[in-house]
Amino acid sequence: MDIILIGLLLGGTYALMAMGLQLQYGVARIMNLANGEILVAGAFGTFWFYSATQASPVYALIIIIPLAFVANWIVYRVLILPLVKRAKSQGQLEVDSILATFGLSFIFVGILLAVFGGEYLSYSYLARPYFIFGQPYGLNRIAAFIGSVILCFGLYAWLHGTRTGRALRAVAVDSTAAAIVGINVNQASALAFALGGAVTAAGGTFLSMFLTFDASLGVIFTLKALVIVIMGGVREIRGAIAASFILGLTETVVASLIDPGLTLAAAYILFIIILLVKPEGLFGRRTS
Amino acid sequence: MQLKTVLKFALASVVAGLLGLGSARAQDTIKIGVVGPKTGPLAGGAAVTHFPNFDLWASDVNKRGGLKLKTGQKKVELIVYDDKTNPGETIKAVERLATQDKADFIFAPYGTGFNLAAAPTFAKHGYPQFAVAAVTDQIDELIKKYPTIYFWIGDTTSYARSVAEILKKLVDEKKIGNKVAMVNVADAFGIELANAARPVFTKAGFELVYDKSYPLGTQDLAPVVKAAKAANPDSFVAWSYPPDSFGLAEQAKIEGLSVKAYYSAVATAFPAFGAKFGKSAEGILGAGGIQNTPAIQDYRKRHKEVTGVDADYWGSAIYYAALQVLEQAIEGVGSTDRKAVNDYIKSRTFQTIAGTIDQRKQSNPWFWTVGQWKDGAFHGVKGVNTKDADVSLKAGW
Repeated sequence: MDIILIGLLLGGTYALMAMGLQLQYGVARIMNLANGEILVAGAFGTFWFYSATQASPVYALIIIIPLAFVANWIVYRVLILPLVKRAKSQGQLEVDSILATFGLSFIFVGILLAVFGGEYLSYSYLARPYFIFGQPYGLNRIAAFIGSVILCFGLYAWLHGTRTGRALRAVAVDSTAAAIVGINVNQASALAFALGGAVTAAGGTFLSMFLTFDASLGVIFTLKALVIVIMGGVREIRGAIAASFILGLTETVVASLIDPGLTLAAAYILFIIILLVKPEGLFGRRTS
Repeated sequence: MQLKTVLKFALASVVAGLLGLGSARAQDTIKIGVVGPKTGPLAGGAAVTHFPNFDLWASDVNKRGGLKLKTGQKKVELIVYDDKTNPGETIKAVERLATQDKADFIFAPYGTGFNLAAAPTFAKHGYPQFAVAAVTDQIDELIKKYPTIYFWIGDTTSYARSVAEILKKLVDEKKIGNKVAMVNVADAFGIELANAARPVFTKAGFELVYDKSYPLGTQDLAPVVKAAKAANPDSFVAWSYPPDSFGLAEQAKIEGLSVKAYYSAVATAFPAFGAKFGKSAEGILGAGGIQNTPAIQDYRKRHKEVTGVDADYWGSAIYYAALQVLEQAIEGVGSTDRKAVNDYIKSRTFQTIAGTIDQRKQSNPWFWTVGQWKDGAFHGVKGVNTKDADVSLKAGW
């Protein structure tokens, strides 16, 4: 029982890392390799906020989400849009955006270093046990899990329930057809990219409650998010969410029952198996 | 388009500035090369222990007018390169400092592997290599091979042995039982220490009730701590790296891991560790330590004032002490003749903020191996050729 709960909590953590990238890649088709740095920036911002006010880090979201949204919107407008305009094909855009955002990740690390310094930043918040069925779990992890669930459902409901959300999904499925039916693809992509960035930064806020960050840690989160998004199928947010929880459960089962040293191996074996059996990802559709 | 122009202009002015600096100051400063990770996995540690000390030292030396040479006083100038936590970059940077920048002295890089990788380059150009951030069991072979390398904080086995000795003493005093749970990060450092510790523990009569590794960068250590707790140990030992030292302690606190002795390796001596865990940190044992003498306390205060960063309780002061050795050696010789400076270092002992440093055998004979959080500071409790202090038991979280 406790293995399942720990696995679910870890899955929630992974969902926080991956949902933003899913939006950016699924809709805007930008494989944003600077995604992890946005997450670290969110975590650092929260650290600042918490040190200055001692108020609950959750309140930091009020500042961090709009800020990350605007920053990512600007990144899309200035850096990505010219690439979108000149790209002759989907493939070219993906290659260009990978290169551009790879460069961007270095710039972000530099900015983070300059603003926050290079040392480890960490604070203690809700580092108390909470007992479920007699077993202790970190209250901060539970808080992050709840945050992740709210974000997941919020995004899912928004994507399926609103006109803008449906437009975004249309672009994800087929951007040419979406343009034909009158959706402004560039605007929808910019929105998805900015929203993805905001979600990632919010993820950073939740993760900062129990993880220790330094400016160079972003790449670890990018990598994990990349695996999850590809595992889940790039077009579907449900895929990323499902993949997060499958990965969390697998790693916890392996760590608890076999050996914690094998968690990474287990994660990548799972990744390979899914790609072999279903190359388009869990929820992906085969492209004709 | 506009952005491009701005960038080009900025780049051009930076290059022009560098060239200008180089030519204008070439004759009237002593150039000290600094290499270390500003980015990458080791950057977090280097930002506390490695980089700030150079700024503090340069500021101290320049404030008093510079280093006294036979030809008059000269200020020191730092040339800093980021090695991106990549040994290849470290070697390139050292090579560049030696040949392009013509640095008078180059300080050793950060991390054991990085020092080993750069050692041939230092030796080739005859630069003294103060490998402060290096812990290895190969000290004897290395100093035989490289006459200009100097070690400061000891060998791997001493760190493992000290932990075992502390626990053994507590067992002998009947304060704890002999069941040990041991975990390590699956990285060169963690594996080396765990391998060194295993026979020491078994020989001392300990029972290893849990002995597992976990991958570097593990985000959830709950399964590890849960399993360790289930094994019902009397003491917990983790050969851990910075992010996981934090993660393990937090998880242990949540799980209520009620061991009487709790040890985690790197980063336990970081001020951020004490700041994060506050009262819960009391009694936690960790790698390193320092004797909190008035000289050290004064150093810590100035470190914070000048660099804005808190010094750690392990390598920081030794870094500064090493820079003091370099300073005294250059002034003793009266020039930047590297061979003479090397001979000078090997011919006498030096008084520093950390105490007497003796590099006559290229390895300082004393160093702290284990420290403990007590009253909000981390004190050395055990070491090699140090005055050991009493270890207190961990009384809950």
